[in-house]
Amino acid sequence: MRWYIPYGNPTYFIWLALAIIPLMIGLLYGHRFRGYQTIISLFFLILTFGGPNWKTGISLIGYLIYQLILVWLYSTYRQKKDTPNKGWIFVTAVVLAIVPLVIVKLTPLFTPGRQSIIGFMGISYITFKVVQTIMETRDGMIKEFHPVLFGQFLLFFPTISSGPIDRYRRFEADYAKVPEQSAYLDMIQKGVRYVFQGFVYKFVLAYYFGSVLMPQIQMRALMAHGFSWNIVAYMYAYSMDLFFDFAGYSLFAVGISYLMGIKTPMNFNQPFKSKNIKDFWNRWHMTLSFWFRDYIFMRLVFFCMKHHIFKSRTTTANVCYVINMLIMGFWHGETWYYITYGLYHGFAMVINDTWLRFKKKHQDHIPHNKFTEAFAIFLTFNVVCFSFLIFSGFLNTLFFAPKPF
Amino acid sequence: MDDKQTVLDILKDLTGEDFSDNLDEDLYSSALLDSMGTVQLLLDLQDKLGVQAPVSEFDRNEWNTPAKIIAKVEAAK
Repeated sequence: MRWYIPYGNPTYFIWLALAIIPLMIGLLYGHRFRGYQTIISLFFLILTFGGPNWKTGISLIGYLIYQLILVWLYSTYRQKKDTPNKGWIFVTAVVLAIVPLVIVKLTPLFTPGRQSIIGFMGISYITFKVVQTIMETRDGMIKEFHPVLFGQFLLFFPTISSGPIDRYRRFEADYAKVPEQSAYLDMIQKGVRYVFQGFVYKFVLAYYFGSVLMPQIQMRALMAHGFSWNIVAYMYAYSMDLFFDFAGYSLFAVGISYLMGIKTPMNFNQPFKSKNIKDFWNRWHMTLSFWFRDYIFMRLVFFCMKHHIFKSRTTTANVCYVINMLIMGFWHGETWYYITYGLYHGFAMVINDTWLRFKKKHQDHIPHNKFTEAFAIFLTFNVVCFSFLIFSGFLNTLFFAPKPF
Repeated sequence: MDDKQTVLDILKDLTGEDFSDNLDEDLYSSALLDSMGTVQLLLDLQDKLGVQAPVSEFDRNEWNTPAKIIAKVEAAK
């Protein structure tokens, strides 16, 4: 028996293909074998969380029971007739839902080099799913708590380790039905294409940038002691590696979901073609940025505007951008470079909005043509790559960490 | 004033465009409406028409044209 990180090596794909073929035949003939799907899900979860990783498997089970009880309690409270729908109960439920993640994120800060025993791969992605479910339950959009469906949603194995982050109402609707044969054939075609595109991204391009090019540049940058052009080279190589690695993984997750008749949302849409930073966040790690938009940014703006916290709409937007991105920074991890990355993007959004307003006001005097568009793409690309350099933590290794040489 | 006209007025305030003859214009793909505009829209619908639409209800594929927003408002009444 061997143990696997999802999509980590070719054998994992052979197991996948063998396991989902019966499911696909069923879907083609109008049946979703839910029992079978549950069995193969368990099998793949064991491949990832079993064997030498059994402790994280126990943590996952404990976490799942905890969240199921929490969402069940909150849902029961909301389903009561004439429920008072108190704000503090909602806030308490959200806080309790994120407590395990906060503990996991803070542990390395207090005990350097050690990971929390309650952590497991993918905990932050499951936490997103739990929190959004609580929020939609509060809004009355999710009216029923169904432990088995909710469990299927949280543990959907193609996306368990790193997303994309699906939505409960969307997932449940897909899971409840069987797509029409012609629609499903189309999904198979797309799914297969995504998986093969993922192979090119992850095992060719990300491998080249991440495992061939980056170590060489890294070595040269470290040997140079301090600033050198190698840092710039590292910035681009790291950005390419980050994109192809994560986009490749996401293509696998979406492709396999499609083969299983579930339309997990896409995570990337040609992000390096973005014309500005807002455009970038509509194309980069989309399920994460849309999650932040829908469950943090818009709610924060709604709250601020309703209670007239700031006089102007612009101030409201700016404050909310920075808070939103700062929270995203903290979510990535409690290090100065993740938090700086968040703040950097928050302020980039503010500057972007200010520029767009200025441009709209003076549109008669500001040229707009192919060259300005090309320049906008070039500028956005570099602003983004620089943010990834911060994010990579390499500056920390270069300037603040003990020197290896 | 009827609901349809109120919605069109709200949208005109938000985007600066009159959609009376353009009820199927996609407000998001043409970038006329963003998250900020959306929240403003929800608050205006609440204030002017008494339609309670929480942020969760807001599915961009179901609220993306003036015609769909008008239909939602009429259904909620």
